[in-house]
Amino acid sequence: APVSGGPRCSVPCPARPGADTTAIMPAVSKGDGMRGLAVFISDIRNCKSKEAEIKRINKELANIRSKFKGDKALDGYSKKKYVCKLLFIFLLGHDIDFGHMEAVNLLSSNKYTEKQIGYLFISVLVNSNSELIRLINNAIKNDLASRNPTFMCLALHCIANVGSREMGEAFAADIPRILVAGDSMDSVKQSAALCLLRLYKASPDLVPMGEWTARVVHLLNDQHMGVVTAAVSLITCLCKKNPDDFKTCVSLAVSRLSRIVSSASTDLQDYTYYFVPAPWLSVKLLRLLQCYPPPEDAAVKGRLVECLETVLNKAQEPPKSKKVQHSNAKNAILFETISLIIHYDSEPNLLVRACNQLGQFLQHRETNLRYLALESMCTLASSEFSHEAVKTHIDTVINALKTERDVSVRQRAADLLYAMCDRSNAKQIVSEMLRYLETADYAIREEIVLKVAILAEKYAVDYSWYVDTILNLIRIAGDYVSEEVWYRVLQIVTNRDDVQGYAAKTVFEALQAPACHENMVKVGGYILGEFGNLIAGDPRSSPPVQFSLLHSKFHLCSVATRALLLSTYIKFINLFPETKATIQGVLRAGSQLRNADVELQQRAVEYLTLSSVASTDVLATVLEEMPPFPERESSILAKLKRKKGPGAGSALDDGRRDPSSNDINGGMEPTPSTVSTPSPSADLLGLRAAPPPAAPPASAGAGNLLVDVFDGPAAQPSLGPTPEEAFLRFVCKNNGVLFENQLLQIGVKSEFRQNLGRMYLFYGNKTSVQFQNFSPTVVHPGDLQTHILSGPAQPPVDGGAQVQQVLNIECLRDFLTPPLLSVRFRYGGAPQALTLKLPVTINKFFQPTEMAAQDFFQRWKQLSLPQQEAQKIFKANHPMDAEVTKAKVRDRGRVCRPMNFVGAGIIQTKALQVGCLLRLEPNAQAQMYRLTLRTSKEPVSRHLCELLAQQF
Amino acid sequence: MIKAILIFNNHGKPRLSKFYQPYSEDTQQQIIRETFHLVSKRDENVCNFLEGGLLIGGSDNKLIYRHYATLYFVFCVDSSESELGILDLIQVFVETLDKCFENVCELDLIFHVDKVHNILAEMVMGGMVLETNMNEIVTQIDAQNKLEKSETFIFQSPRQDR
Repeated sequence: APVSGGPRCSVPCPARPGADTTAIMPAVSKGDGMRGLAVFISDIRNCKSKEAEIKRINKELANIRSKFKGDKALDGYSKKKYVCKLLFIFLLGHDIDFGHMEAVNLLSSNKYTEKQIGYLFISVLVNSNSELIRLINNAIKNDLASRNPTFMCLALHCIANVGSREMGEAFAADIPRILVAGDSMDSVKQSAALCLLRLYKASPDLVPMGEWTARVVHLLNDQHMGVVTAAVSLITCLCKKNPDDFKTCVSLAVSRLSRIVSSASTDLQDYTYYFVPAPWLSVKLLRLLQCYPPPEDAAVKGRLVECLETVLNKAQEPPKSKKVQHSNAKNAILFETISLIIHYDSEPNLLVRACNQLGQFLQHRETNLRYLALESMCTLASSEFSHEAVKTHIDTVINALKTERDVSVRQRAADLLYAMCDRSNAKQIVSEMLRYLETADYAIREEIVLKVAILAEKYAVDYSWYVDTILNLIRIAGDYVSEEVWYRVLQIVTNRDDVQGYAAKTVFEALQAPACHENMVKVGGYILGEFGNLIAGDPRSSPPVQFSLLHSKFHLCSVATRALLLSTYIKFINLFPETKATIQGVLRAGSQLRNADVELQQRAVEYLTLSSVASTDVLATVLEEMPPFPERESSILAKLKRKKGPGAGSALDDGRRDPSSNDINGGMEPTPSTVSTPSPSADLLGLRAAPPPAAPPASAGAGNLLVDVFDGPAAQPSLGPTPEEAFLRFVCKNNGVLFENQLLQIGVKSEFRQNLGRMYLFYGNKTSVQFQNFSPTVVHPGDLQTHILSGPAQPPVDGGAQVQQVLNIECLRDFLTPPLLSVRFRYGGAPQALTLKLPVTINKFFQPTEMAAQDFFQRWKQLSLPQQEAQKIFKANHPMDAEVTKAKVRDRGRVCRPMNFVGAGIIQTKALQVGCLLRLEPNAQAQMYRLTLRTSKEPVSRHLCELLAQQF
Repeated sequence: MIKAILIFNNHGKPRLSKFYQPYSEDTQQQIIRETFHLVSKRDENVCNFLEGGLLIGGSDNKLIYRHYATLYFVFCVDSSESELGILDLIQVFVETLDKCFENVCELDLIFHVDKVHNILAEMVMGGMVLETNMNEIVTQIDAQNKLEKSETFIFQSPRQDR
């Protein structure tokens, strides 16, 4: 019986069991007879230990090296043999750092097998040595011009497999010509299409569109199915950037698909796979159609709908073969058809049929089909036509979550439950997910926790349920409840007074458990500190009881939690004056006042003093209840998106199908982050207890644990602008003062060209005392490399003196995080440390490009994918002076329109170049700007937009 | 797009590795180990798809694999490929190997790495599928073998062959 995925297979097995256990020579040499190679491989396989193997390999490497270096010219056959040996050694995991030149020499052999092995070596062991690449490119050029189709194919393969920019530059213009030439052989056309596709993917700017595009579309009519297959892949990629240029492919694809779908299973002969006509091509055509909206032409659309119906009908027919390959191929087409139907999202009839079909698969005995059905249904759940139909399968999906043996399938089931959740079934789904959490695989627990937290918040009708759910999360999977989750429950409780009493009561009860998770202590401590008074009337939870309950956990907790609890205690003194004496006693204890941890010690000392010297009024003001938190995107949602990558979140933001979901939970408009100025008590609350050990002291205020919740910059002990402001000012300038306080001034001079930069840092000692052990170091977290050319000559920096440091900077690829400068020294015996962002931002590697307006807009259109664009609308930070603005834009590229600034340029990095287009539209009346960035690389658009928006 | 094609045996020994995206040699070896670790611990009869390891791109990529006797065939692909389509492709690959090596076994892959690469090159190019028609692939390979034989016959001098 066919078993998909199992070890058994209905076709010949490529491996006889036990074949590998005896190291013997292959019984029959299959004609090529490279005996030396076979002997070597046998030797390796006979090695009894890893050491023996390494010894044998090193011996062979030495042998090959000496042969290559030897005076005697090697014949092609020997070269081929040695190159094969090197390939084998490489596969075993050993580095190969020679042999490239010999491989390149094989390229110019006129013997096919030698040429072939040369190309193979090069595409397996790609080397970026430019001299070598020049030679390789030469050989490729000769083979492309040889008019020998086998040689041409080898050359095209090499280009496609290496796909480097150098090769793109050398050949991108030739390949389209080979592709559409009338006299090219089919196999050459096939290879040329995929080669072009690869080059386009690697460096789209090198592949110019032109009159050849129309002829590529017509390859869909080619007689050779292999050519059509390659062409579909190419068009699917190209049309994403220029949908209009390739629009005609829709009708051609539909008619091709229709011919395949309606053909008898024998019509396509060799392309029939286990009685299914051309399954691979059908799948590719269906994918191509998903790049476009439904066809407008009624005849084309009718034909397509007919195709889709035929595929759905065939699914119900009895199989033509019992082999798993038959059903696999058939279902590959079926799933792709369903994807297209979901993509169109316009034919309710087809959508419901698709949903029913997937419903059947949910209970199929084949695990693969259950997996794929769950996955497809996830997308179907977001369609308004089929959301209800998907919901009818809830019991099956819950059952899958409970009983599937395969974690991949269970994960898809959890995803689907999440996608089909709405107010009507939220309680059921959340409780099932909570139950699943108790036994879930460790790998996916955190994700389940995030999902439960989001659903509970989003569909909460009453907030007591929400509070219960989150506390349950902590109880069941406390270790997987991240900060985002428990911060969020505090935010919500703080913002909603109808749930505060309930929350206080519930956490109080939860804390009764003899062993509760530390996250529970944190949430409990915070909530009781704020709202403990709401349950203080009940003698079972009177203030002293609350305090002793919390304090019984104190000694088992980490420093961060203890710091938070100390803040709770001082809040208690305000809420419950009767606890003052007890709490002061605790604060006064030696274990607090002389605690080795500086944060705990400081809190104990300060809180003790505060409680002793401040009047009741002052105390009440300082320790007032927290003000509501400003609302913005749930930090949990943001975290889930980060975890699952872009796009994963879209299934969650389902404004479309449940518009009412905003009224309770999303009711608060997002406010720009600048509005939130936390009251001074924010800091007292102690959530910000201990800065993470990695955070450098000087910037501890800026990048801290709770940015997401509190978003408040702490006071900076520096003069003038904060380091963050200073950093932003450097986005558009290269020279100036980066940092200054009473002791030290740091000045910067920098210049950038292409992907290289040089930066001079000047450290000025403003005091009259020597700095000892002065050590500035640079760390680069991202893809930026810096070399310190010269450091300060002598470690001590005399009073009033200035020392200089020079950095060489190389941008390897696009990066988001700037390098950090960390300066440490001793001043009057006291250690000083500060960490600053060095003003190296991606825009520094910008090279402006001259461009006519017409070209600009054409390229603008080409970069039209949503993820290529980033946009921001913001209030002008500076007076709207056209000339100044123009200068700023010009820094980033060429300006060509007066009222509407545009710029173009290329970001130069070592690995790649990123083309960037910028558009800035001022609105003088509103004093607002709209800034739009389009680049060929998604994170770059967003990052640049963020950076530049602060500049105008 | 296909990011990588890996074949390793039940003990994790690589028998073929082909990467269609540039990775350093170290990373390639790590990816092979990580993938083996992920795939080999799975039961029989579970599904043939799983999320890729972190090195190869995590949840943006899928591993699609089949296990035949002593060998795992693993394709690492992005979301633009059809899962079942890739399963079919693995099958075509294996059947083609079987035809070219006449009842293929693991030893054939060990002693003829170059040939396996050549067969694969007839099917997949730069991470995209070039040809799925088995007869066409076998015809190409046969033609190569003939060329090779004629060239070997003329040029090989077996005495000094070590």
